[in-house]
Amino acid sequence: MTLSPAARAALRAVMILGLAVIYVPLLVVLVNSVNADRAFGWPPSGLTGRWWAQAADNAGARRAVLTSLKAGIGATAAALVLGTMAAFAVGRYRFFGREAVSLVVVLPIALPGIVTGIALSNAFQVVLKPLGVGLGLFTVVVGHATFCVVTIYNNVLARLRRTGTVLEEASADLGARGLQTFRYVTLPALRPALLAGALLSFALSFDEIIVTTFTAGPGTETLPIWIFTNLFRPNQAPVVNVLAAALIVLSVIPILLARRLSGTRTVP
Amino acid sequence: MDDDQGLTAAGRPARAPRRRAAALLHRRPRLRLALLLPAPLAWLAAVYLGALAAIFLTAFWTTDTFTGEVVHRFTLANFQMLGDEPVYRTIALRSVGVAAAVTAIDTALGLPMAFYMAKVARPSHRPYLVAAVLAPLWAAYLVKAYAWRVMLAEGGLIDEALRPFGASGPGYGLTATVIVLSYLWLPYMILPVYAGLERLPGPLLDASGDLGARPLRTFLSVVLPMIFPSLVAGSLFTFSLSLGDYLTVKIVGGRGQLLGNVVYDNVGAANNLPFAAAVATVPVAVMLAYLAAARRAGALREL
Repeated sequence: MTLSPAARAALRAVMILGLAVIYVPLLVVLVNSVNADRAFGWPPSGLTGRWWAQAADNAGARRAVLTSLKAGIGATAAALVLGTMAAFAVGRYRFFGREAVSLVVVLPIALPGIVTGIALSNAFQVVLKPLGVGLGLFTVVVGHATFCVVTIYNNVLARLRRTGTVLEEASADLGARGLQTFRYVTLPALRPALLAGALLSFALSFDEIIVTTFTAGPGTETLPIWIFTNLFRPNQAPVVNVLAAALIVLSVIPILLARRLSGTRTVP
Repeated sequence: MDDDQGLTAAGRPARAPRRRAAALLHRRPRLRLALLLPAPLAWLAAVYLGALAAIFLTAFWTTDTFTGEVVHRFTLANFQMLGDEPVYRTIALRSVGVAAAVTAIDTALGLPMAFYMAKVARPSHRPYLVAAVLAPLWAAYLVKAYAWRVMLAEGGLIDEALRPFGASGPGYGLTATVIVLSYLWLPYMILPVYAGLERLPGPLLDASGDLGARPLRTFLSVVLPMIFPSLVAGSLFTFSLSLGDYLTVKIVGGRGQLLGNVVYDNVGAANNLPFAAAVATVPVAVMLAYLAAARRAGALREL
């Protein structure tokens, strides 16, 4: 489309403004994490690495990171299996209720998290507690997996629609059995979608706090929960700040990973 | 090829049963479907839909004021309280208003950004712009809300930046809530719209121009109708995420409450799960109506 130079300039201005708005708060956190001032006055009074050392030493924070990693890996693994199966069913077969399946997969992220949270918490208390399974890491994984399924499902389904069945038919014509075709043709074609979906699913789980609050029980603290409980404690503020800064710095890794894994330069 | 396999299988009876099962599966698509579907369906139907159904059943029960135990007797008392108390009506309207405002702001900011990324920026720059918009998505929700808490604090960055103009920041409150929620969900609007715009064929826009349409006309008559489903998909995220939020309100919202806070407080401090469930039906009803409309617009495929 041929836009007037003024229109292009206006669009560019909005883009720059938008990016500035996106990054300023993150920079503020980064600067504050090395701010010598405990109270975070602005501008910072001096630089210090003290808070970073203090955060690395914090056992509660370390435990929370570990719990979050476990929950993320567990939820992603469950979502990978369930999401891929659902995507194959919807993408490759026609059956009664196909539309309903795609709606049910989307529902857990389309409904507000707090609804999912109280519903799951209530169900766990009623069904699992009599069986001797209390709220804890397991229920967190189940809760997270429920809304992570959709990221895998969407990625795999999009890929299945794009690639079609031509390659698989060719493989079968060349004499490959079903499992061989799956292993050597279908799976490699799906790999980028699976990895991208898994990455997104892990990030979703790692960041989730609302559903986690309701499904974790008192003994299980993921990183977001730890951050939230310490957010309003003046003593812990510098440590929270450092964790926040660390998360911002680390958030570059999945972006780089996703670009590498997807194999193309156009898909971030 | 199936017949061929069948023949060899018949010729050699000792053949591994695994292969026979594979061949059987290959001939029977219904059987394959029957193996694929039950696990995800059982998970979503039993774990999720079952839990949802159970919680809404709870909305028709009450809590014994003395023991705090849930009394399993059918009553509409919770919904009556919800309708009769003006404070809940105010909170419900405020929540929908906040969600609508956030969606409007994100559309106003996200649409031009996505358009610039997909159609104006040099193709070699596009992946970097997408990455730049995506990156904050990986920085935690709390971190970002917290950053705004620091910035909006009295004498914080916002106050400092506005001081030369003789103004001060909004402080903590409803305005701050709208700002922070808009900030948090902006990438959720940009991404589907960008994807929609990327699929929009460039020649179509050129054709519109060749036929004499000015950019604005092209945008309104060609671009907007074609990316409408993507816009609806993006709005679904911004709206739903805002409607259920209670943490941002706690972090920067001051005293004003949203539906999420009422639900949270009734589950926790007030220990009144039935009433919390009744309150939760409000955002669910709003979202189901929204989803039904979005499905008509074909937006669910864009999620």
